[in-house]
Amino acid sequence: MIEATGLTKHYGRTVAVDNLSFTVSEGKVTGFLGPNGAGKSTTMRMILGLDRPTAGDVRIDGQHYWDLHQPLRTVGALLDAKWVHPNRSARAHLRWLAAATKLPKRRIDEVLDLVGLTAVADKNAGGFSLGMSQRLGIAAALLGDPKVLLFDEPVNGLDPEGILWIRKFMHKLADEGRTVFVSSHLLSEMAQTAQDLVVIGRGKLIHQGTVDEFIAHATESTVLVRSPELEKLGEYLLAAGAGISDDGDALRVSGMDSPAIGELAAARQITLHELSPQVGSLEQAFIQLTGDSVEYRTVETGRLAPDVAASQEERA
Amino acid sequence: MTLLAVERIKLFTTRSPWWCTLIALVLTIGFGALMAGTSDEAIAPLNVAATQFGYGFGLVVVMVMATLAITTEYRFSTIRATFLAVPNRPSTLVAKATVVAVLAAVVGEIAAFGSWGIAGAIKPNVDLAINTAYEWRAVAGVGLVYALSAVVAVAVGVLIRHSAGAIAVLLIWNQLVEPLVQLIPRVGDDIHKWMPFNIANKLVTGNPDPTTRDVLQGPPPSDAVLGPWPAIGVFAAFAAVLLGIAIVVANRRDA
Repeated sequence: MIEATGLTKHYGRTVAVDNLSFTVSEGKVTGFLGPNGAGKSTTMRMILGLDRPTAGDVRIDGQHYWDLHQPLRTVGALLDAKWVHPNRSARAHLRWLAAATKLPKRRIDEVLDLVGLTAVADKNAGGFSLGMSQRLGIAAALLGDPKVLLFDEPVNGLDPEGILWIRKFMHKLADEGRTVFVSSHLLSEMAQTAQDLVVIGRGKLIHQGTVDEFIAHATESTVLVRSPELEKLGEYLLAAGAGISDDGDALRVSGMDSPAIGELAAARQITLHELSPQVGSLEQAFIQLTGDSVEYRTVETGRLAPDVAASQEERA
Repeated sequence: MTLLAVERIKLFTTRSPWWCTLIALVLTIGFGALMAGTSDEAIAPLNVAATQFGYGFGLVVVMVMATLAITTEYRFSTIRATFLAVPNRPSTLVAKATVVAVLAAVVGEIAAFGSWGIAGAIKPNVDLAINTAYEWRAVAGVGLVYALSAVVAVAVGVLIRHSAGAIAVLLIWNQLVEPLVQLIPRVGDDIHKWMPFNIANKLVTGNPDPTTRDVLQGPPPSDAVLGPWPAIGVFAAFAAVLLGIAIVVANRRDA
């Protein structure tokens, strides 16, 4: 279990993480969701004792990371697949990590097998594709057979095959009863991998709960209605207290569920061609919740913000 | 012991330490051979100290090797992977400095005895037997100077974190600042007597009275006022303090 309380990190005057409290429970995949620059990586670095929190505290099974004995046996982390020396072989990279944790050499072969890198184990890591580097990173994270795993944007930049592999792998790890904490800015990814969610924006906690709760909490469910007598129906719906919005040749009704709309239409003898409840997507929920907290947003007109344009000109 | 093994694996599983070792040996022994080959009995006869002419060149390469051992860890973020595996940063950095220093010492001894050996092979008639304490320090002392200088280089590498910056600082300091400080009017010479690399040099070049020695009979002598052993003691203390500062800084800042 990972427990963060009041976690805060300042870089000069920039507040990267702001009084963040959450828990990651055991034996589940917990998604750590937020737009780019929300403070996900900073939070992960603080969990792992790489960065010192300005305030607050984070513990793994009640202990600080730096108090863990041979921490790779308790926590495995993949923060960046490129944290390897390009002129060191994959096997040698795992060899020094294993030595630091006093693991037998046979464990290196096991994890290489597990991620499918046995054939290239003696090649230099600098020549690896991103997908292969990612696999090496996962091999390193699994070396000590830890019960807690942290992954920072593991599918970023991967091809569909690689994404599928990582997704299956994380499910497998969770099925084995491990705690998996995985960050992403991709909601569709989280919808497929995570059971629980910790959502942050601009370093602040926005939501913690299950994926289903998150969607239900964030999206207002609407009903799409099609009818030859749309205008008349619209007036009745408004009179009954529902909210309506025009959606081309249909109406989007909020504040009234589909049985109520159907009964209202029947009572007024209005023909309906379609009556379909719309379930909010994770994307909608996410944008609705983090809309105000995106760090670097584009200007409405679609043009670059002046300072961004200026800095790009300087570079050119 | 575990940490020493970790750092040893890390050091020897990349190519740069091997290359640096080779370059240091070729430069030092090659220069020793050159001096032996061109020495003239009439002007300045070859002696034990003169076989060590190239030791300053090897020193520079060894410091580059030691700097790269830590700055490449920052460059490729393997220092973070290291701190994840071993959160105790002071022990990790001490282990790193120790392993690098041992390698530097071995390179220094091979370079020194190699230079001495090749000089003997080139000029078999000259008596190059190592007899006096001065002659022993001039040859065997090289390894100790290399080892302590490697610790200084690791410390500077931890503080600066960038290869180019750290190497520039070390080379400018060793090659330019220390010699050029003597040009400062009045106080320059006194400052130079206490510059760290000049003090370290005393162990190798410090004849009980260096002024009686011909410049051609060995590497440029140190003008440090301390005796050879107190001098290397001061340099060791200097390296330790610098490493201590580097460890405190690394322990405080975000990895």
